[in-house]
Amino acid sequence: MRELRQDAFIAVAMSGGVDSSTVAAMLKRDGFRLAGMTMQLWNQRRLPALAPESPTGRCCSLDDVYDARTVAGLFRIPYYVVNFEQAFEESVVKPFIDEYLAGRTPIPCTLCNNHVKFDRFLEMAEGVGADYIATGHYAQVDFNNASGRWELRRGADESKDQTYFLWGLQQQQLARTLFPLGEMRKPDVRRLAEELGVPTASKHDSQEICFVPNGDYAEFIEAYFAEQGKEFVAPHGEVVDESGRALAAHAGVHHFTVGQRKGLGFAAGEPLYVIETNAATQRVVVGREAQLQRGSLRAARVNWVSIAPIADERPAQVKIRNRHAAAAATLKPTGDPSIVEVVFEEPQRAITPGQAAVFYDGELVLGGGWIE
Amino acid sequence: MTYYFDHNATTPLSDPVLACVSRALRECYGNPSSIHSAGQAARSAVELARSQVAALLNAQPGEIVFTSGGTESDNLAVLGAVRLDGVAGKHAITTAVEHPAVLGACAQLVREGAEVTYLKVRGDGVVDPDEVRHAVRPTTVLISVMHANNETGAVQPIAEISAIARAAGVLFHADGVQAAGRLGTDVRELGVDLYSLSAHKLNAPKGTGALFVRKGVKLQALQFGGRHERERRAGTENVPGIAAMGCTAEQLVQQRARESVRLAGLRDRLESSLLERVPGVRTNAHGATRLANTSSLRFDGIEGEALVIALDLAGFAVSSGAACSSGAVEPSHVLLAMGLTPSEARASIRFSLGQGNDEAQVDALVEAVVASVARLRKLSPVYEHA
Repeated sequence: MRELRQDAFIAVAMSGGVDSSTVAAMLKRDGFRLAGMTMQLWNQRRLPALAPESPTGRCCSLDDVYDARTVAGLFRIPYYVVNFEQAFEESVVKPFIDEYLAGRTPIPCTLCNNHVKFDRFLEMAEGVGADYIATGHYAQVDFNNASGRWELRRGADESKDQTYFLWGLQQQQLARTLFPLGEMRKPDVRRLAEELGVPTASKHDSQEICFVPNGDYAEFIEAYFAEQGKEFVAPHGEVVDESGRALAAHAGVHHFTVGQRKGLGFAAGEPLYVIETNAATQRVVVGREAQLQRGSLRAARVNWVSIAPIADERPAQVKIRNRHAAAAATLKPTGDPSIVEVVFEEPQRAITPGQAAVFYDGELVLGGGWIE
Repeated sequence: MTYYFDHNATTPLSDPVLACVSRALRECYGNPSSIHSAGQAARSAVELARSQVAALLNAQPGEIVFTSGGTESDNLAVLGAVRLDGVAGKHAITTAVEHPAVLGACAQLVREGAEVTYLKVRGDGVVDPDEVRHAVRPTTVLISVMHANNETGAVQPIAEISAIARAAGVLFHADGVQAAGRLGTDVRELGVDLYSLSAHKLNAPKGTGALFVRKGVKLQALQFGGRHERERRAGTENVPGIAAMGCTAEQLVQQRARESVRLAGLRDRLESSLLERVPGVRTNAHGATRLANTSSLRFDGIEGEALVIALDLAGFAVSSGAACSSGAVEPSHVLLAMGLTPSEARASIRFSLGQGNDEAQVDALVEAVVASVARLRKLSPVYEHA
């Protein structure tokens, strides 16, 4: 981690989990002045029909706040719960729904990072006098004297690296952000947590999208419409093969994502996959696995993180979903500086509109954009 | 060092009360229901406190029921009055700006089959007595209106409303948790049938409250067991808490008038300094009669939550809105009911003064608020820089 003034005042984003709790404990050990904050993003009492039997492991559950508060109390860190529910709903939940209804597969975590954690939270931290924010993300930030830019690198623990969700960060955000776990591996974090006496050391990582407790996005969208007093008019469409032959009826493209094999609504003699969804026509095209392969993509609303916008094509490795080994590709600028064309050396399986394409040069995050 | 400006949330123990609590803990360990002398000592302490609390209200000692706090007192009054002889077909009247202890009890009555009318308030936070009069129906059995509001300090026209209740033959409960010890609380003058108190707002410990129940008024009990508190509230008495409440009530009888003048002076000093030095500040419940110790101000373009945190980190305890179950701040239902927009409600801060505060503390608070508001506004995307 970068060198800090010893009197630096740091706001730690505390989720109640082991990673951010360890961040708080280690910064406290290092003698920094701290404030711990938990972001209240979603009211778990909403949409009660979707609540799973156990409310643990969900973001913003009372258990998480309890855990975070306990850790803060143990390490004598002033602690606050800050309410960003409104910002979260506007800039994460609603776009998430719009994207699904438009036939894409969105990533709420990236929107949350861009518009809540590294925007509203950073602003709140600065407003109360903090010099930096610190989070438990597995990623690294350094200043490159030669280029004069802050650079984002993958976390040292490749299996935990979270840079796929952080490509939207701006220079002034990186300048004020600390990722103290970026150089550590997860087992080392757990060991350090135990050494420092962090009581959540055996807790499991959370996986699901935090505001969709049971993981059923389509059900969430329909329940949200009902809560808003809006009638959800279930769109109707057909599942078709590549020749356009109807194979089944369906209740909206938001039930489908590219690469999906289950729940297509009919039995086929061979494994079939969603190749494409079209919200305008409500058509879901299915085909054989080989047809999922694509050699290129267009990334829109591109953000360059660690380098200046490219003027010429350059080689990179590109990730098209979180669990994807970055694939060799060429980045080609287009006439529009916000759009980059990515041409892969080998075709890639299930390039999914709405997901992000994140560009790497080894460990360095060059930038990223939204797959069209 | 923390300067404490959140006395409507709770108050620190005063020295005489602390001495009283420790004496009661040491010497009055007996069960007040026991026959032996240890029990008698505890009984004496409880009955002394009952007469002291009664004196604060100009009530008879037999009209005071000790409870576990303001919430239980409000619940006992509201639920106990309406549930007696069955809830079905009954109607109650309250206001949109009540404490959750009253609103929650009313919501429960609705679940049990009663009807409840929630009266709106004017822009200054005060309920119009005519609204109360018009809301009364033949089936109305209870009117519950708080004496003074915890968030704005706005004082309600209790005597006028009690006259309406009396004329209609309806029981009248006032939640006096914030008013007691700060305003005159002569229950005969106020004309109330039921009046709730909480000890911890009065420099005594948490866990004790009282309900004034006018002689002759019957309530259905909330809890069942022994025949404590004249069969109105089962459970062994919290002797040290009750003794402390008596002790603090006695002090208040002597000091209230002088302390109110002192706190009003400090509150005015705080408000006039902030209004003069910080642009875009407004007083909530402006124009209403307010508690001498309470100031609810809204700062254009500020998230009250951020200001509360900034002030806490600078050593000043103030509050904003109401905490939800996680501890996050939600826009105050009181301010929303007064017609403020959600963002105006979120921009509001409550300063509530008490015994320990003095001019030097108020001046230090003013400096901290001026500096914090300036910093927050510099970052605010909302605030228009003049």
